[in-house]
Formats: sequence, C-alpha cells, structure tokens
Amino acid sequence: MSIRERLSGNEAVSIAMKQINPDVVAAFPITPSTEIPQYFSTFVSNGAVDTEFVAVESEHSAMSACIGAEAAGARAMTATSANGLSLMWEMLYIASSLRLPIVMSLVNRAVSGPLNIHNDHSDAMGARDSGWIQLFSENNQEAYDNILMAHRIAEHKDVLLPLMVCQDGFITSHSIENIELLEDEKVKSFVGTYKPEHYLLNDKEPIAIGPLDLQSYLFEHKRQQSEAMRNAKRVILEVSEEFEKLTGRHYGFFEEYKLSDAEIAVVCMNSTAGTAKYTVDELRKNGIKAGLLKIRCFRPFPAEEVANSLKHLKAIAVLDKADSLNAAGGALYEDVVAGMFTSNIHVPTINYVYGIGGRDTKSTDIEKVFSELSTVAKTGDIGNPYRYLGVRGEN
Amino acid sequence: MSTPIDSNTSWKDMTIGGNIYDAGNARNFTTGDWRSVKPIYLAEKCKQCGLCFPVCPDDAIPVNKEQKRENFNYDYCKGCGVCAKVCPFGAIIME
Repeated sequence: MSIRERLSGNEAVSIAMKQINPDVVAAFPITPSTEIPQYFSTFVSNGAVDTEFVAVESEHSAMSACIGAEAAGARAMTATSANGLSLMWEMLYIASSLRLPIVMSLVNRAVSGPLNIHNDHSDAMGARDSGWIQLFSENNQEAYDNILMAHRIAEHKDVLLPLMVCQDGFITSHSIENIELLEDEKVKSFVGTYKPEHYLLNDKEPIAIGPLDLQSYLFEHKRQQSEAMRNAKRVILEVSEEFEKLTGRHYGFFEEYKLSDAEIAVVCMNSTAGTAKYTVDELRKNGIKAGLLKIRCFRPFPAEEVANSLKHLKAIAVLDKADSLNAAGGALYEDVVAGMFTSNIHVPTINYVYGIGGRDTKSTDIEKVFSELSTVAKTGDIGNPYRYLGVRGEN
Repeated sequence: MSTPIDSNTSWKDMTIGGNIYDAGNARNFTTGDWRSVKPIYLAEKCKQCGLCFPVCPDDAIPVNKEQKRENFNYDYCKGCGVCAKVCPFGAIIME
C-alpha cells in the first residue's frame, strides 16, 4: 500500500531524494528551492541517509562537486533555481558533454533582473540547449514521481545524460497538497544501485575524463550527445511504463486532457496545466470543445508526437512562461510549430507569453485564451501570432 | 586497452565524452606541429650537464640509459626555446 501524505513540492522532492539515498548531494541555497537542500541536510544530520552532503560556496561549485562525484562513480544530486542555475551555466555543459547522469531539481523562478524571486520558466528555457533532459511537473505528485524516475532514465546506458526535474516555484514548491508516496523499499528496488561502466575511482582501469577535444573530435562527441537525447525518448517511455505498473500513475511525453475530440486547445507546462484543466471542464459545460496538451518532456522534445496529437484541432494556443525576447515566439511555441510544420500539419497556432515574474494566471485568463482561439478557429485568421496574457497595456 | 581513435573514426565508434580508457596516454598526443621555430642540438658543444631536459615542458629531449641526452624528438617539441635559454654552453640554438 502506498503512503498517503500531504506535502509541499519541495518536501515531496526532498523525500524522494531521501528514499533514493544518493551518494552525494552538493547544493547552495536559493529561493524557492532552498528548502530542498535544507530538508535534505536534516535527513543527513539525523542519519536517515548516508549521503555525503557538500555545503558548497556557490552553485558553480555545487555543479562542479556533482560532476566530480559522478565522474568518480557516485550518484549525485542537486537542487537550484533561477540565478543559481545561471551560475551553473558553464558546468551544465561540462556535465552533459562528459555524459554524467546527475539529477537536479529545478524549482522554476524568473532569472533576474530586475530582481524577482517568483515563478516563470526563464531559468529552464535558458538551459534548454545545454544537453540536459528536462521533465516538467504539474504538481507535487509529478515532481516526486519524476525524481523517482530520473536516475533510471539518466543512467541508462543508451542515454547517460544529466536530467533536471522542473516544478513551479512557490506555486507548487510551497503549496501543500495530497500526495501518494511509495514505500522506501519499493523506491530502492525501482531506482536500483548506480553501476557505472567507467569511473575515475576504478583502480583496475585508470582513465582520463574531459580531455582536449579539438576540430577532429568535438563534432563527433556532440553527435553522440544528440543520439543519446534521441535514445532518451525511448527510455523515458520504458521507465514511465514500468513506473505505471508499480504505481498506477501514467506518464508519457505529455498528457492529453480532453484533447481527442477537442476543436481548440492550449499547450502549456507545469502548474498552469492544472488551471487549464479546470477551465477546459468549465468550458465543456457550455458545449465548447476545449482541450489541453500538457508537455512533460521538453528535452528531448517529442516534436513528431506533439504534432500528431494536435493535428485534428482548428486552432491552438501555446503558452510560454518565458519570453525568448527574440521579436518572435517563445521557446515552446517555436518547438511546437516547427514540429507541426515538419510533419506537414498546418493548424492556426498562436503564442501567448504569460505569467512572467510570478504574475498570477487565473482560470479567467485561460478562458480569455480559449475565447480568442474560438475566433481564430472560426475565421482561420491568426492575426497577431505573438500575444501576451496578463501584461498591462495589451488587450 | 581501448580501440585506437583517429580523425577518421565515426562518432558511432568513439568513446563518449572523449573518455580515454588507457593510462599514460599523453605520449600519443604529438604537439610538434604547433612549432614555428625549432631547437638544433650541437652535440660537440654539449657537456651533458643535464640542465635542459628537466625544463622541457613536454617529452622532446630523450635521455638514454647512460643518463645522457640524445637528439630532439620533434614529435613533442613546441619550439618554446626554454632549453636553448637554459643551456650554459650554447649547445642548443633556435632556428
């Protein structure tokens, strides 16, 4: 029997980490992810885990320590947010290119400036090309479940890539909700022990990691990373299927909510999906065929699968909780429309940048999106494709 | 012992992340093609004082079993000229 609890998103993640009992956790506190290393350090102090907890002096050091630990042959985890992730920037690329399956909990927050500690996805979107797998979580349950699946995906021999599990800062990280936890023993047997094939502390095989990689070699190593990201698609589905057998909870690349018979739909990630589900239900009471596609797996991006699940719609709105500031669309929008175009699927699709810096996104906001989508569906004219939701000065 | 990798190896056959699964592999990395000038060894002026080979930052001055230096191994010589600077007898010139 699973354990029924009520936990915040940060508590859920730290309990998942306790159950995983990694060899090393190196982290530096930053709002809103601070509680994760804070709770975890109490588990270390109380002897609930036998993890080496490294209280580093910066996030650059946190990621460096994780890289060192993972290269040595240990299982390493960390947590951060926003500017903490920014300070890890250099090391994020080292971690992925050295193929070290580090697992990070990224509690999404606006990257300054001006200074803001609240939720948007600008931190995760900034790291979207860093070679990390990125899984997004609607609520505390998904954040917990994604962390439990993370090592199985990241450490798979055909993948060997670092992985970050995203959840919305404060909105889910600090909100207490009901959750179903697995028993410690079940987590232990599901996650398994980390057995790297090559590692620095193996005295039977002295190796060099991260050597000079000039014009004749780097391209091939990047091609390998790209292949690993493609392989990750298969492995994510395999691990998710195994997880479903254990828990009954289904995960894929994305969740389709009332999408199969929908005419208009919203595409979004993380907690906004919860608000969107409520809005879809409300609109359906009035006979409006609204639907939702909630992306869980943003890197690798399941372009073909997303395109396929959206092909029957009359109009689509992609909601980006980060502005790419590129005089065009947000990152999710561009990936979705590029995926559809490549699959020769042409559905009128508009983009909304929303919720920046923790701006509240209410069901009435999502209703407004659906109402504008109805017009697009009716006329087939997308008008301005690059729209804003909830910013003053726009209609 | 890992499979040799060179600039014709496909990405499918390379080790991930450029990992090298052999110890002492720096010997396989010849740096001699970086050179713009090279040291010339004048054996007749050399007193075998032993000052040159410890300052070589690579492996360009071989020392034999009799503890005597031999001619340069240009595969590892970057032409930095430190050996010529340190030689008190003018037995190494750069050209």
